[in-house]
Amino acid sequence: MKAAHYWHCFVGIQSREWLRFWQQRTRFFSALVRPLLWLAVFAAGFRAVLGVSIIPPYQTYITYETYIAPGLCGMIVLFNSMQGALSMVYDRELGSMRVLLMSPLPRPFLLITKLLSMGLVSIGQVYIFLLVARLFDIEPPTLGYLAVLPALMLTSLMLGALGLLIATWVKQLENFAGVMNFVIFPMFFLSSALYPLWKMQEASPWLYWLCQINPFTHAVEAIRFALYLQWNPAAFGITLAVTLVLASLATAGFRPQRTKILPGVA
Amino acid sequence: MSIEARDIHFRYGRTPVLKDVSFSLVRGRFHALLGPNGAGKSTLFGLMTRLLALQSGELMMAGQSLRKQPAAAMREMGVVFQQNALDLDLTVQQNLLYHAALHGLSRREARARSDRELARFNLSERADDPVRKLNGGHRRRVEIARALLHQPSLLLLDEPTVGLDVASRQTLNEHVRHLCAEDGLTVLWATHLIEEVQPDDRVLILHRGSLRANGEGRDLSEAADRDGIAETFHALTGAGQS
Repeated sequence: MKAAHYWHCFVGIQSREWLRFWQQRTRFFSALVRPLLWLAVFAAGFRAVLGVSIIPPYQTYITYETYIAPGLCGMIVLFNSMQGALSMVYDRELGSMRVLLMSPLPRPFLLITKLLSMGLVSIGQVYIFLLVARLFDIEPPTLGYLAVLPALMLTSLMLGALGLLIATWVKQLENFAGVMNFVIFPMFFLSSALYPLWKMQEASPWLYWLCQINPFTHAVEAIRFALYLQWNPAAFGITLAVTLVLASLATAGFRPQRTKILPGVA
Repeated sequence: MSIEARDIHFRYGRTPVLKDVSFSLVRGRFHALLGPNGAGKSTLFGLMTRLLALQSGELMMAGQSLRKQPAAAMREMGVVFQQNALDLDLTVQQNLLYHAALHGLSRREARARSDRELARFNLSERADDPVRKLNGGHRRRVEIARALLHQPSLLLLDEPTVGLDVASRQTLNEHVRHLCAEDGLTVLWATHLIEEVQPDDRVLILHRGSLRANGEGRDLSEAADRDGIAETFHALTGAGQS
């Protein structure tokens, strides 16, 4: 297999994802409602309750909306990546995974490319969210929009790989509701997305440590710092390392036969 | 060279599903893989398409070991799955181009080949229709065209006529036979419908995970001293006695 083959395959998977996105564009925009509700309603209600002191990367006092915006970017990626990864495993209706796996190219390459292509679509959603967020006076530096891209890519790859791992190995979570309750919500709430961790430390050291070992916390911090053009090597490094580990585990352990793609096999 | 299976055993947990299955197909011929539901046909297809990993034994696809040279073996195979595996919202052509890309073909090459296949399958005027608008028979034809885009020497079809009406079933069957004759493709057509099999086909009969017969339909009937494939099949599997 030559490099050109990989390239054509990569482009093909990407363009299929964008074609599908275009077909389902109403779903794409309705998915934006969730983070915008958090921003417009939840944050407005909570800004009075929570005072956020000056913490890096911010240089002044900030509104609560400003604080949670990067967390909501993380939330968009979290929901999309999980949903996408699960559909890769549970999608029996279209059999699209079977077509993908009939490619002669190595499976880890196919799976990572697929995760990346889904990630890019959800990153598109993040950017639209960030544009709308400007209406709420969330105005990170212009270059921040570019600087945040690698962090967003890593986050989507990390969460997509996690979704694949879960879908492949945890049989009990066979629908999205299960994953929502046992993975997505705990990951989201036990992170720095909605509150700075020092607040959590005041509340409970236990919860604080849970937040600290949650990779999503570090992904959100990587997004937050990059968006404000600051370099947070710890957050970025941890996200990168976790991504590498999860991606290799997920692709090495990908067992389509565990997915019951063959209905009533005998 | 076509497909060669050697000593294939497969179990789900403790349940054996395939037991000591060995066969080799004749190059350029139409093979019917017959078996009642639950005989192990889908599992065998799962193994041949690498959806399932081989537990023991060996599968050679056009001389390439599926275990040792999966990429080379996959290039030799075109597959039509039992369930629809087309993107219903994308057009016929978009579906074909996607498949070509998965096989590493450049956009230009993919377009040329997809135009050629669609013309050959009388589907050119449907190229820009979303698959959703096509009837079941046409969808199946698109899937076959897609399976042949990368010019494989083997065509595997897993119960391709499920859900089709009698007329479309017949058309599709004839169509594949025609391809087999025209292109010299080695075809493996899994089915539980005996009426899709002709006396001069090569026939493999799978029953409860074991291969009960492999040979020319007519010879099998003679050997079993039965009249026609249907009776031979019933005699070998004990099916359809009621």
